[in-house]
Amino acid sequence: MSEQVVNKRRRLFLTAAATAVTGVGAAFVAVPFVASMNPSARAKAAGAPVEADISKLEVGQLIRVEWRGKPVWVLKRSEETLTNIANAGDELRDVGSNESEQPESCKNAGRSIKPEVFLAVGICTHLGCSPTFRPDVAPDDLGPDWKGGFFCPCHGSKFDLSGRVFAGVPAPLNLVVPPHKYLTDSRILIGSDGGQA
Amino acid sequence: MSGLLKNALTWADDRFPLSKVWNEHLAEYYAPKNFNWMYYFGSLAILVLVNQILTGIFLTINYKPDAQLAFDSVEYIMRDVDWGWLIRYMHSTGASLFFVVVYLHMFRGLIYGSFKKPRELVWIFGMIIYLALMAEAFMGYLLPWGQMSYWGAQVIVSLFGAIPYVGEDLALWLRGDYVISDSTLNRFFAFHVIAIPLVLVVLVFMHIVALHAVGSNNPEGIEIKKHKDKKGIPLDGIPFHPYYSVKDLVGVAVFLFIFALIIFYMPEMGGYFLEHANFVPANPLKTPEHIAPVWYFTPFYAILRAVPDKFLGVVAMGGAIFVMFLLPWLDRGVNKSIRYRGPVFKAAIVTFVISFVALGYFGMQPVTALGTFCSRLFSVLYFAFFLLMPFYSNIGQDKHVPERVSDK
Repeated sequence: MSEQVVNKRRRLFLTAAATAVTGVGAAFVAVPFVASMNPSARAKAAGAPVEADISKLEVGQLIRVEWRGKPVWVLKRSEETLTNIANAGDELRDVGSNESEQPESCKNAGRSIKPEVFLAVGICTHLGCSPTFRPDVAPDDLGPDWKGGFFCPCHGSKFDLSGRVFAGVPAPLNLVVPPHKYLTDSRILIGSDGGQA
Repeated sequence: MSGLLKNALTWADDRFPLSKVWNEHLAEYYAPKNFNWMYYFGSLAILVLVNQILTGIFLTINYKPDAQLAFDSVEYIMRDVDWGWLIRYMHSTGASLFFVVVYLHMFRGLIYGSFKKPRELVWIFGMIIYLALMAEAFMGYLLPWGQMSYWGAQVIVSLFGAIPYVGEDLALWLRGDYVISDSTLNRFFAFHVIAIPLVLVVLVFMHIVALHAVGSNNPEGIEIKKHKDKKGIPLDGIPFHPYYSVKDLVGVAVFLFIFALIIFYMPEMGGYFLEHANFVPANPLKTPEHIAPVWYFTPFYAILRAVPDKFLGVVAMGGAIFVMFLLPWLDRGVNKSIRYRGPVFKAAIVTFVISFVALGYFGMQPVTALGTFCSRLFSVLYFAFFLLMPFYSNIGQDKHVPERVSDK
């Protein structure tokens, strides 16, 4: 029998190799567990478009429609509001809606297809609360310059009546305008803007 | 001990280190003889942990982790299950008192320098327990599926969305849906009842093992291991059992007195332990007019709101918690206990306590200009306490720490 000599290099190599293979194996086994926490097929399929009927919508009125579990606001604005929106300036962080999410057809001052009818996902771009609709002009809590808009009660972010965020509040972006299209003059399809539904 | 019991113990000891563990951690674990009332909170935290686990098990027997059924199943426990209201109030009150006890326990460590060498790991394990406890409390708060549950979870999960590049995907992965939904509720239930409790129990075990390896600190900040008798027993130490096990029972009695008082007479604590808006079922279309987290999160929430930038706000909030991990290395003072430290350090501690409590208060209030200003001021003081510590903590260390714990 040959002499018992411990080959330390071989031992080290075998230990390192076994550890590496185990590590790779563990990483592969982790994949299905991590992936199982992603939205399921059912959750992904739940994003179908919904219809909103605006035939009874009055000027100054806001209705909420549920789309993908989120509130979508539909607001009918007055001429005066539209003038205010068009004249807005530096008090807003992104007047031209260059950084925010909206369909190409809504990249205008009113952020809408039809100037008077405004749609937005009613979720604050800060931390996801739903801002409150505050059409009242110059209320005590929002100051004398308030011309109507949306106020997030959670962290105090402010948006104008076309969902554009004010400067100096925590929310970084304008409210999201969802893809939508007019089926008729009074029926809007939310969640699809033509092409493929 | 009767012969039969003695034989049974010998039989067990030959197969399992029963007497050895008992002696090492209780009967022959020598703790400093000068513990005061601030040393109750460690054992009380264990008591509350046991309370949460036991009441939690019995709540899961009737609770349904389903967005359609959850709210009603909690009301069912409250109204139709025999003694269900008691078990639920023990659990909800226990959650708030857990934080009361843990905050006092941490404050004790802060003023007596219990985080300082050689107890850095005791502090680190404790901080990880605190993090796990916050995750546990947050996920548990979603389960009743009330308005505060829903919108609180919405805000906290959205915090992860502020992380650049991966944030939105991470938040989506955590929710398991595009909004807080049934899948979020179901997974938070799994984390709340099994994953995090297991982690907590293991961490508490490590916290105690680390503590018993280095030995307990005391209000004088004297290392009792420096002076031992011939048998190697610290001269200023007394065995944990029976001296402190019996003493802690007095603390337990006082604690249970307060605990029972809250459960029976003010289980909602005026909206601080159970928020009023949470008695309304979750409505994804409408945020309550005023939302605030439960009181134990409000200091950090105030810091988040104080910063007028989404990402930096989240960074400040996370930093406020993370900076506590660094405490053992930020404090350069030689003397451990506040009793032997200079006026600058004492003033800093007072400033810190005022800032923490004030942030907690402003975190509960609706957003106002004055509140935001105060939150910013106290956030700066909060961070200054930690970040300036390397510069002020060694000022005025001229007081002499005695060698031995004296009997006054």
